[in-house]
Amino acid sequence: MILTCIVLGLMVLSGVWTVMTRSLTRSAIGLALTSLILTVLMFQLGATMAAVFELSVCAGLITVVFISAISMTKALSHDALLQKTRDRLKRYWYLPAILLVVAAALAFVLAPRPALAAALAPAPAGEGFDALKSSLWKDRQTDIIGQIAIIFAGVTGVIVLFKERKGDKE
Amino acid sequence: MPLVFVLVPLIALLAINLPLGSLGKRLGFPVAALLAFLQIGAVLAFPAAWSGPSATTVGGLKLEFAADRLSLLLLLTIGIAALASTCVARGLEAKPERGGTKFYDLVLLAMIGMNGVSLVTDFFSLYVFIEVTAVASYVLISMDKAKEGLEGAFKYLILSAIATLMMLTSIGLLMAGVGDTSFAAVAAAVHGAGGGPGGGPGGGPAWILLIAAGLFVAGLCVKGGLVPFHAWVPDAYSAAPAPASVLLAGIVTKTTGVYTLIRLSLSVFAGAFHLDWVFLVLGIATVLVGALAALWQKDMKRMLAYSSVSQVGYIVLALGAASPLGMAAAAFHLFNHAMFKGQLFVNAAAVEAQTGTRDMESLGGLGSSMPVTSWTSVVAFLSAAGIPPLSGFWSKLLIVLALWQAGHQGFAVAAILASILTLAYFLMLQRKVFFGKASEALASIKEASPWIVAPAVALALATVAIGALFPLLWNTILVQVARL
Repeated sequence: MILTCIVLGLMVLSGVWTVMTRSLTRSAIGLALTSLILTVLMFQLGATMAAVFELSVCAGLITVVFISAISMTKALSHDALLQKTRDRLKRYWYLPAILLVVAAALAFVLAPRPALAAALAPAPAGEGFDALKSSLWKDRQTDIIGQIAIIFAGVTGVIVLFKERKGDKE
Repeated sequence: MPLVFVLVPLIALLAINLPLGSLGKRLGFPVAALLAFLQIGAVLAFPAAWSGPSATTVGGLKLEFAADRLSLLLLLTIGIAALASTCVARGLEAKPERGGTKFYDLVLLAMIGMNGVSLVTDFFSLYVFIEVTAVASYVLISMDKAKEGLEGAFKYLILSAIATLMMLTSIGLLMAGVGDTSFAAVAAAVHGAGGGPGGGPGGGPAWILLIAAGLFVAGLCVKGGLVPFHAWVPDAYSAAPAPASVLLAGIVTKTTGVYTLIRLSLSVFAGAFHLDWVFLVLGIATVLVGALAALWQKDMKRMLAYSSVSQVGYIVLALGAASPLGMAAAAFHLFNHAMFKGQLFVNAAAVEAQTGTRDMESLGGLGSSMPVTSWTSVVAFLSAAGIPPLSGFWSKLLIVLALWQAGHQGFAVAAILASILTLAYFLMLQRKVFFGKASEALASIKEASPWIVAPAVALALATVAIGALFPLLWNTILVQVARL
């Protein structure tokens, strides 16, 4: 329980850093880190299939795609960035209000009701599901380190090969 | 707990990539060099400490890594090559085209991959860590973004993709035929209860195992750059930035392609499917093609690359002996090759850094202006050619003895004759680059940075010391490798 809480805290910290950092590249890396911690959390909570796909797709593939795209963009100047932030706040002022309304609606819908809880209960896992889960996760835990390293190698490769250094175009 | 050899570089990689501003940029070299140094120290100082249980549970994950004497020898070699490579990178740090601190990230990634390869006990895990090393290698080769480097990396990528396809197909067949991909389970299936392929409990039909073994070995031959799969090696080695060449030629391809063949020959296939004849034929072809091609090269690094192809042939030839002595000889030559070839690539980096060229026709007379580089080069090429009492002599002697004992006298004689070719092309290199009188343009050349000269001297001293201490090495490490 304590370990789960620590991991949860780390995930929140990583998520906050992802949102707050001004560099898009760091933000993409932060997203990968958050996904990585979420994978550990999912694994601890027994959601093994979700964890496998979170690690492969969200932490791996999407990060590489994001960083590839970011490396081909051009950074805004500080003033232009501030202006853009102000414009965005003006344009999307209603989004927090919508979020609050949706949260309130969800709280109402998901309030404890025995019938709804029974309907939403997960279906019992079949033999095929267990075999797939076992071969994807339980039997292959050693490979997770390799998978994480491949993700890092991919991201480093994209940064090295696609990111243009100052003076490259002169 | 051999797991630390994989986890610690991963943690270090995360640490140097934390958003620490300029401090993070300065941490790359010290962290990578310190880790490589600690790896050397850990293997040499506490060899018994790493032979613990293969499965360790960390944070709820069951991780299986196991070390034996062969793994430790490879871990030591990886540490030495990584340390030499990072020192050369530090010596060339003034050159902006090397991609900044990302080089050290890639060295750490390659270390994770190679250490993993040396410690895993399962075909699929082996594939995963080979891929980690390969992805890091593609980027290392092409990080200058020069046309030559990109072409070299592209060739390596395409041929590696073919190798990957072969290995994955093989793993699929093993799952279908054996139901498990661990080395132990596949070995049991291959040898069966009565010693014949596919005859044992859990062993699938022999033809499935035969195809699986053939495909996996073929994939590894591509990774190791054996003839006829060697086309990518000269481009990749010569086009890569100097410090990357030291790492690639010294250890990367030897780990992914050659160590893996030794490991599978020892722990899984051991005499099955007539693989010894495959290794003999591929080995001698690789020795001769590599040596003959090296004779015609004008680019210094390209000549060293073909020489690497040829030396890998010797290692595979030793596997063809299919005896404990052959296995020990293969492992020892892999280690020696990392020493002398790593050193020659360090020297090539020094020459290129000081003169701006690798074309041997436009070099000459550097012996007087770069005496340390010249003398360490002499030590390395004499060792590569198998001249006593240097370390290369002992490993080549073991290879020839193993072949002779196994009844392959013809291959043994061919191996000895190919050594003459090795001596010929290295003498040519030494004469063209270091001997004679320097031209006016090269008259003011000085020794390269101490960061480049120091690893060359250390590797030369190691080559001499290992040659002198061979009986000790034989009794402590190599005999145990042979007994695995």
